[in-house]
Amino acid sequence: MNDMVGIVIVSHSQDIAKGTADMVRQMVGSEVTVAYCGGNPDGGLGTNVPLIIVAINDAWSSKGVAVLVDLGGAETNSEMAVEMLEPERRKLVVVCNAPIVEGAVMAATEAAGGSSLEQVRAVAEELTAG
Amino acid sequence: MTLQPETFKSLVRVAAERVIASAAELTALDQAIGDGDHGTNMKRGFEAVLTKLDTIAEQPLSDAFKTIGKTLVMTVGGASGPLYGSFFLAAGDALSHKSLPEDLAEVFGSGVNAVSARGRSQAGEKTMLDVLVPVLETLKADAGRADLIERVRTTASEAVARTAPRQATRGRASFLGARSVGHIDPGARSSCLLLDAVCSTLEGRQ
Repeated sequence: MNDMVGIVIVSHSQDIAKGTADMVRQMVGSEVTVAYCGGNPDGGLGTNVPLIIVAINDAWSSKGVAVLVDLGGAETNSEMAVEMLEPERRKLVVVCNAPIVEGAVMAATEAAGGSSLEQVRAVAEELTAG
Repeated sequence: MTLQPETFKSLVRVAAERVIASAAELTALDQAIGDGDHGTNMKRGFEAVLTKLDTIAEQPLSDAFKTIGKTLVMTVGGASGPLYGSFFLAAGDALSHKSLPEDLAEVFGSGVNAVSARGRSQAGEKTMLDVLVPVLETLKADAGRADLIERVRTTASEAVARTAPRQATRGRASFLGARSVGHIDPGARSSCLLLDAVCSTLEGRQ
């Protein structure tokens, strides 16, 4: 139903995750599906595997999902969330090694053009290669 | 000697209670070189394990380890969730064709390898692996010795102390560079607490 790569934003902070998603929607528009989550299971700063899985499902696209994370724990928990998906869906999700705000905007911009998951990831990760 | 179900249940309970009771100490260590949430995260995870203790105790050992692992993954909320979770998930996988205590070193080794892969880390980088890897070596070298439990306990506590002079190169503490030197690693400490609780419980039953 959706022919654009979906974007998931995972921060330690709910505010940063929501703010990043707001920036993506304003700068890229709403045609790309963006889901976000932040905070630990008690609502404090941290990450939460069940919520990451929900966000991946919310952003699901047949072309795949690119996940943008902030600090190490968000990356580790996102990788864990991907592994807990059904095996055939795992290869359609990538955790990008990119700064969360810039990476999300660049990834969504690329996704809006109908690019593949690998192209979306490459554009986001160019920011890190600098 | 075989691992009796009631022994396993008390091992899980005592280990969880030790981590929960040590939350303030772990958080203080993490405030020095991390983001200050290791104690509260581990407490949340092991409280969730305790709520499932009866279920865990009734499962075959392989499934019990996987339930512990999945519970930690789903509730801890920091990097230690996937790290400890991967340990128990992998050890549970190994237990589908291995048994305790005969294959202890192999089962423990499966868990350690999973932590290493999940964290893309090795021993010597000021992480929980600085305790887990030496303990694995002790389990291999001293298997069958009458004082194995005491040796594991000593190995773990000496290994924690050795993390203090190290500079962190993985994990949040690596952001601090040289300033991470002089502090015990919180993940190494929580691993030692879990192992010490297991050793104490087994000694009390000998």
